[in-house]
Amino acid sequence: MSRTDAGAPEQIAGNAPTDPDRRRRGLTERLLAVRELSLLIALGLLVLVTTLRNDRFLSGQSVKDLLLGCAILVILAVGQTLVIVTRNVDLSVGSILGLVAFATGSLFLSAPGTPWPVALVVGVALGALCGVVNGGLIAVARVPALVITLGTLYAFRGVDYYWASGRQINAADMPPSFLRLGNQTVLGVPVLFLVALVVVAAVGYYLRSYRSGRELYAIGSEPAAARLSGIPVGRRVFAVFVANGALAGLAGVLYAARFGTLDAAAGSGLELQVVAAAVVGGVAIFGGSGSAYGAALGAVLLTTIGSSLAVLRIDPFWQQAVVGALILAAIGLDRLLALRVAARLRGRSARDSSDA
Amino acid sequence: MTADAPGTDGVPLLVLDGVTKSFGAVAALRGVHLALHAGEAHALVGENGAGKSTLVKILAGAHPPDAGEMTLDGQPLRLRGPADARAAGIAVIYQEPTLFPDLSVAENIFMGRQPLRGLRRIDSAAMHRDAERLFQRLGVRIDPTRPARGLSIADQQLVEIAKAISFDARVLVMDEPTAALSGVEVERLFAVARSLCERGAAVLFISHRFDEVFDLCHRVTVLRDGAWVSSDPAADLTVDEVVRRMVGRDVSSLYPKQAAELRDTLLEVRRLTRAGVFTDVSFSVRGGEIVALAGLVGAGRSEVARAVFGVDRYDAGEVLVAGRGVPAGKPGRAIAAGMALVPEDRRQQGLVMELSVERNATLARRRALSRLGLLLGGAERAEARTWTRRLQVKAARLGAPVATLSGGNQQKVVLAKWLATEPRILIIDEPTRGIDVGTKSEVHRLLSELAGEGLAILMISSELPEVLGMADRVLVMHEGRLVRELPRAEADETSIMFAATGQGVTA
Ligand SMILES: Nc1ncnc2c1ncn2[C@@H]1O[C@H](COP(=O)(O)OP(=O)(O)OP(=O)(O)O)[C@@H](O)[C@H]1O
Ligand SMILES: [Mg+2]
Repeated sequence: MSRTDAGAPEQIAGNAPTDPDRRRRGLTERLLAVRELSLLIALGLLVLVTTLRNDRFLSGQSVKDLLLGCAILVILAVGQTLVIVTRNVDLSVGSILGLVAFATGSLFLSAPGTPWPVALVVGVALGALCGVVNGGLIAVARVPALVITLGTLYAFRGVDYYWASGRQINAADMPPSFLRLGNQTVLGVPVLFLVALVVVAAVGYYLRSYRSGRELYAIGSEPAAARLSGIPVGRRVFAVFVANGALAGLAGVLYAARFGTLDAAAGSGLELQVVAAAVVGGVAIFGGSGSAYGAALGAVLLTTIGSSLAVLRIDPFWQQAVVGALILAAIGLDRLLALRVAARLRGRSARDSSDA
Repeated sequence: MTADAPGTDGVPLLVLDGVTKSFGAVAALRGVHLALHAGEAHALVGENGAGKSTLVKILAGAHPPDAGEMTLDGQPLRLRGPADARAAGIAVIYQEPTLFPDLSVAENIFMGRQPLRGLRRIDSAAMHRDAERLFQRLGVRIDPTRPARGLSIADQQLVEIAKAISFDARVLVMDEPTAALSGVEVERLFAVARSLCERGAAVLFISHRFDEVFDLCHRVTVLRDGAWVSSDPAADLTVDEVVRRMVGRDVSSLYPKQAAELRDTLLEVRRLTRAGVFTDVSFSVRGGEIVALAGLVGAGRSEVARAVFGVDRYDAGEVLVAGRGVPAGKPGRAIAAGMALVPEDRRQQGLVMELSVERNATLARRRALSRLGLLLGGAERAEARTWTRRLQVKAARLGAPVATLSGGNQQKVVLAKWLATEPRILIIDEPTRGIDVGTKSEVHRLLSELAGEGLAILMISSELPEVLGMADRVLVMHEGRLVRELPRAEADETSIMFAATGQGVTA
């Protein structure tokens, strides 16, 4: 219908800022950019300070370890972003990762000749299946995702323990081609990290540029309004849990490749780190805002803090405290930004419509 | 039966027949009949709680009807959800804005229908351009890239309107779209609605303002207590006749304020300034006096009220209550000094939707009702009953959640809440927005009574008849400045509109 008065657009430029493309990057997006920039600055400062104290922190090997260390958390945080944006949360990701990692090991154990891409597909599918369980229960039970996934956190882990029944799988049980995946580098960058980058880019782009991606934000921002505007809320939320499960499955396979030694406890407690990474990365826990890029930066920041405290030989106790402080700082920053924007917008809206 | 009076050509575009809907024990609609014709604007009127919004939600596919048929172009129409209604070409503006606060205004308009470029990606440049074009068509300036959070209620309404007209709708349903708008914007909206009619769309329009109904609509359907009363060509009706059918009795639509003895100055505002919002605003209100703050939407009236009450900060100036200064930015102190603010955006700022009617009604008064820190249920209920009865709140029970009330009845609960605090100074922003004729005159009588008891009342209103009927003095704002003060005798429509549009004043 906007075609009907196509003759008019020039006039808009007359009473609005003239450069349309500068204007396109409007307030909503600039806000995100500010948030991501602040993370980058924090990360930069952290690296700088640590390097000043110990110049080996930026050596090739240590950077490689760092990138390797954060890859799995990044993938999980990005998956979690999909869920949190819709005003849900998935606490079962650590258990899914553990289950899939063990399954991958068992697969190689029982069918030694399995090519690793097959294992990858099986792992992702198993993760997605766990996601189906989560999403299905949430749709049927109409109970908050927090409660359901708290249940499946224990359930999946229980299955894992039952299956492993005290066994451990060792690197020797897995084909070298698979294990190499966990340590190989391309131009000095670990493959694992490249995989994580691809995931970040894909999910980030999807969330920003696809209709169904934007609908996830709408659902988290105002569920009732989402329903009224015809968004298939139930279907989207289900899909999000499946996608997150699949990503946790991917992370599980990569975990197996990286560590080689697996028992039923792999990935225990990881879910809290994942949620922390997303929150530090600016993903609002009440849904509706945040980006995959931010969550990934949050994951990198948390991992970097861990290694920099180790490099600086600071008591691990402090690591917990620092992460805690960081989460509070992140929430404080979000609040501050929100208030400042609100104040600015209020003034603007009063002026804007007065000459309408 | 007058529903299909001769003179309308052909088959109606959309027909509802025998539509019934109950919420538990409440029968919201009972066998309602409605026929919308292509090229016609059809008004739906009725008291608060008559079932208008319920009908809208059925048309929108948001509620399934318990019984009854719908046909579109003579074909049976079954809506399994809002998406179906959309696909059938029915665009709806709901009574309560349904925006996504975190998303940009343009995304709010085009959610699910964003223009695409290659690989089915969203073309955000095109989306923003289209949004700007829509706003231009409505003659308003809202930045499409800003988040919807923090939009004034009028702007939210405009975004909703832009959303609805962005559909190539065959049926446009508007549930009180004008409640928050001023005259200029209403005119623009009507122009758009008329052009849609000319292109063969059908419009269903709901409003409590009869001048709008008769201005826009060709046909008027009246609902009372969920039941269909009549459908007639607008030309055959008068306002009084419509009101009689709605209410079932005669209502005087006049509400002159009774003269009250003017007492000491209770509220004094000196040179209040907030950069970019309002400048150098000074006025005073005496006990027994009703002062109206008039002006166009966006002139800064609500902002001044919020600053006086202390919810917003201001950069300069002072606020005095009975000669004593009230600190800026502390609504708690303002309440302690005897001020009450009935905010403009009642749904967001005035109510806890999940709580019951009685809880909400006494929310601001809980301290006074408690003994030794304990809140006694009995006292709370009695107090709530008094006020909800005075304001004729229509609710299934006092214990029902506010969310289940009709829009107008929610407004009444907010009014009850603040009136129950027994303030000395009452600041009331759009006292009768969304409230039906019968209760409107009741609210006016109440305000007049309160003034008679010595209250100082500052009333913001965009409805000129209300301003002229109620105010002892009219202050007119234009672009953040007080440009004119008119005593009752000098205030009339022309003088107020003249000042409000900034004519004859150097801004
Ligand atoms: N979700 C719900 N649950 C229970 N009762 C409801 C619900 N929605 C509406 N009602 C009741 O149905 C009746 C009709 O409400 P409706 O919102 O249709 O009124 P309305 O004509 O739009 O009034 P208004 O002019 O105040 O907007 C009211 O008594 C209301 O309390
Ligand atoms: Mg209504």
